[in-house]
Amino acid sequence: MASTRASLIIAVALAGCAANTSPKPAAVSAKPTSSKQVLNKDPYPSTYKPYPGVPTAIRNVTIYDGEGGRIENGTVIFRDGKLEEILSGKVELKSGYAEIDGTGKWVTPGIIDVHSHLGDYPSPGVDAHSDGNEATGPVRSEVWAEHSVWPQDPGFSRALVNGGVTALQILPGSANLFGGRSVVLKNVYARSVQGMKFPGAPYGLKMACGENPKRVYGNRNQMPSTRMGNMAVNRQTWIKAAEYKRKTDKGENVTRDLQLETLAGVLSGDILVHNHCYRADEMAQVIDMSHEFGYKIAAFHHAVESYKIADLLAKEGICSAMWADWWGFKMESYDAINENIPLVHKSGACAIVHSDDANGIQRLNQEAAKALADGRRMGINISDEIAWTWLSYNPAKALGIADKTGSLKPGKMADLVLWNGNPLSVYTRPEKVWIDGALMYDANDPKKRPVSDFELGQPGEGDTK
Amino acid sequence: VKALLLSMAALIGTPAFAQTVAITGGKVVIGDGSAPIEGGTVVVSNGQIVAAGRGVTIPANAERIDATGKWVTPGIVAGFSRIGLAGVDAVDESNDAAANASPFSASIDVAPAINPDVAAIAVNRAAGVTRAVVAPETGANMFAGLGAVIDMGADQDAITRSRAFEFVAFGAAGARESGGSRAAAHVFFRNALAEARDYARNPAGYDGRSKDSILLRRDAAALVPVVEGRMRLIVHAESAPDILATLDLKREFPKLDLVLVGVTEGWRVGGQIAAARVPVIASAVNDLPGSFETIAATQSNVGRMKAAGVNLAIGMIDDDDTRQAMHAAQYAGNLVALTRVPGATGLNWDDAFAAITSKPAEVVGMGKEIGSLQAGRRGDVVIWDGDPLEVTSGVEAVWIDGVRQPLVTRQTRLRDRYATPQEGSLPKAYDR
Repeated sequence: MASTRASLIIAVALAGCAANTSPKPAAVSAKPTSSKQVLNKDPYPSTYKPYPGVPTAIRNVTIYDGEGGRIENGTVIFRDGKLEEILSGKVELKSGYAEIDGTGKWVTPGIIDVHSHLGDYPSPGVDAHSDGNEATGPVRSEVWAEHSVWPQDPGFSRALVNGGVTALQILPGSANLFGGRSVVLKNVYARSVQGMKFPGAPYGLKMACGENPKRVYGNRNQMPSTRMGNMAVNRQTWIKAAEYKRKTDKGENVTRDLQLETLAGVLSGDILVHNHCYRADEMAQVIDMSHEFGYKIAAFHHAVESYKIADLLAKEGICSAMWADWWGFKMESYDAINENIPLVHKSGACAIVHSDDANGIQRLNQEAAKALADGRRMGINISDEIAWTWLSYNPAKALGIADKTGSLKPGKMADLVLWNGNPLSVYTRPEKVWIDGALMYDANDPKKRPVSDFELGQPGEGDTK
Repeated sequence: VKALLLSMAALIGTPAFAQTVAITGGKVVIGDGSAPIEGGTVVVSNGQIVAAGRGVTIPANAERIDATGKWVTPGIVAGFSRIGLAGVDAVDESNDAAANASPFSASIDVAPAINPDVAAIAVNRAAGVTRAVVAPETGANMFAGLGAVIDMGADQDAITRSRAFEFVAFGAAGARESGGSRAAAHVFFRNALAEARDYARNPAGYDGRSKDSILLRRDAAALVPVVEGRMRLIVHAESAPDILATLDLKREFPKLDLVLVGVTEGWRVGGQIAAARVPVIASAVNDLPGSFETIAATQSNVGRMKAAGVNLAIGMIDDDDTRQAMHAAQYAGNLVALTRVPGATGLNWDDAFAAITSKPAEVVGMGKEIGSLQAGRRGDVVIWDGDPLEVTSGVEAVWIDGVRQPLVTRQTRLRDRYATPQEGSLPKAYDR
């Protein structure tokens, strides 16, 4: 099977097109009538509704709460989609709760992947499905990933049943400096992408450093063809965005410009920046650029060299989304090391394990385990329960949804996984996964195994995958 | 300092010598599918395994290494890879895996392109991989060329066996390389074997430049041992129909020594594969319909094929195959995990470990030489700090051909340089 990654790195579709300069916003546009027009910031609203669940108590279970806490022989209680209590010791249950004996098992918050292309590079990976890179101009902040996401991607089910993934951010690809808006999804199949959208999650903006944008446009003899070209186009674009924001903030009449609207949303703090950036020196440049234009970077993604500037990232409060051991597939990944994640964590910076891959998303717990073990071998002693922050709470923070999910705290969404053993072992798999308190996967019940439309009526339908 | 010396030795190629070593007290895994042996001893001498197990006599001159609490195993054999062919995948001039503009095909021999200095060799060595099956990628047509078996040693002598097999792609890749259809690939294949027979009958008379012949002389010559059954033919096929069409070739060319690689839908035709006695180098954890030839992908594929009697190993075709062979251990561990998933079929631990050691060696015809700790095999031994299939385990020592190997890589050097990210009294460039 050709790896998704290879297609992302090597085969960014080279659809011929003219150099794209940003459309010029008209200085003056027809004034809307006397009634003041309010910008609808949510024109494609979430229609996600939690599925019904039964009040449930999981007893005698080892709990990682996702914020670094651990309870042995604990009890997790949830009802009506929300976590009620996370308790240690002997618990007398009220009536009306389904009880699950978790002896020898673990409960964790559901895994959250901050970097996925499920839906915009779905399976099967045919050209007709290649919807992740609007590689027709280096500035494409006007595109929204949700308008590409195919909610029938079979990959969502694999991420759920093998990966224990309950929420994920779908990003545009990295062909462009400004790739477009991301969308955060609940990992629950729906007929439309709106039906999967995580209610209340802020939008993200995908940006990209380095090799990909300069290669894609340099190969067409367009700007950017160098890293300095990358930065110049970035800065010129932010200047336009600042101007647009200044005008719209003052209530001046401007023609709506989707491209600049998203960037203005970043400058106003409504939209979170997720910046694909491998090299430490480039991250340092991008940090200065964020200061120059007054915006905040939520996370560097694929940040294989974060370990070289972990102190800077800690100071700036920027998360690093990382792989455990991917390296060497392209020049800017050559200095990746297996201890990146624990080194970033040790410096006090926010560490996240991410996938960028329809296969890797099924094993993020194993990736965290590898990084944790490599860290310990170099003397960085991080506990298992602390390491789980890399998989749920830290990604939730980077996505702006940590007040809703990402840890097992009363009142938060009941997004959780019952593992059939230690979740930092290769021998462990999800046994049950709940999203908003609804049982969406049960290893013991073939009817609780989602099958996308694509797989229906085809060989292997409904199989264990 | 020791690390530094070892890394310098690696850099300047200081010859190391195979000595007599006795590794005692560890949990010894032979690699042949037998159960681990607690408190076993492994003796290596003159570059070969002398004995492994309990009650092993330790030669007086042996260096003794205490492996109490550790696991001692044969090195991992990468069942299908492109290790040694790329420094950095996307840096074209460092990547020799494919030759899309070459007029040659079946005769392209990877051996002279294997570069023991690429970082992937050291990285995989440090992760417990000691040998790899290395194949070229297809270019001019469906025949990719001649593969090799190599070692991961820190020296310039990487080739264990060159011209170990011919690699050909059927399925979607073969169709693409043959003009656009699977039907065309089957015609191309048959025509190529016919031309090889023509060449064998009368080498001087073979005109590789005539209008009617497709294979160049050298390519026709390279296929002679294939058509005569003296060289294995590793065939890439993924879908059940493509697998069956491949097995059918045996009826027409009974001497073909076939091995299947990929085989994502093998579970659907496991009985036929087993009956044809064609061994398989399977991709272990494919479970996505990534293409129309893997619609029925499931991680249970390997377990189900094994249950059907298929002789199989794990490989990683087109799956980071220039660099990440060490993931074979993680994949094997995942197959063990399936034994606890209702409705799924996995492998027991012993079979899973054999699938990444003795089985890939056997499948490429080198089972008597590498892949296990049975006496007489090459002295490829790894000491692990825990279960080698568990993702948290690490490698503590590696021998290849009985030679203790350095485990320093440029990654570990970077790790050590940046253990504290801030500069000291001089820039990081002075820190080594």
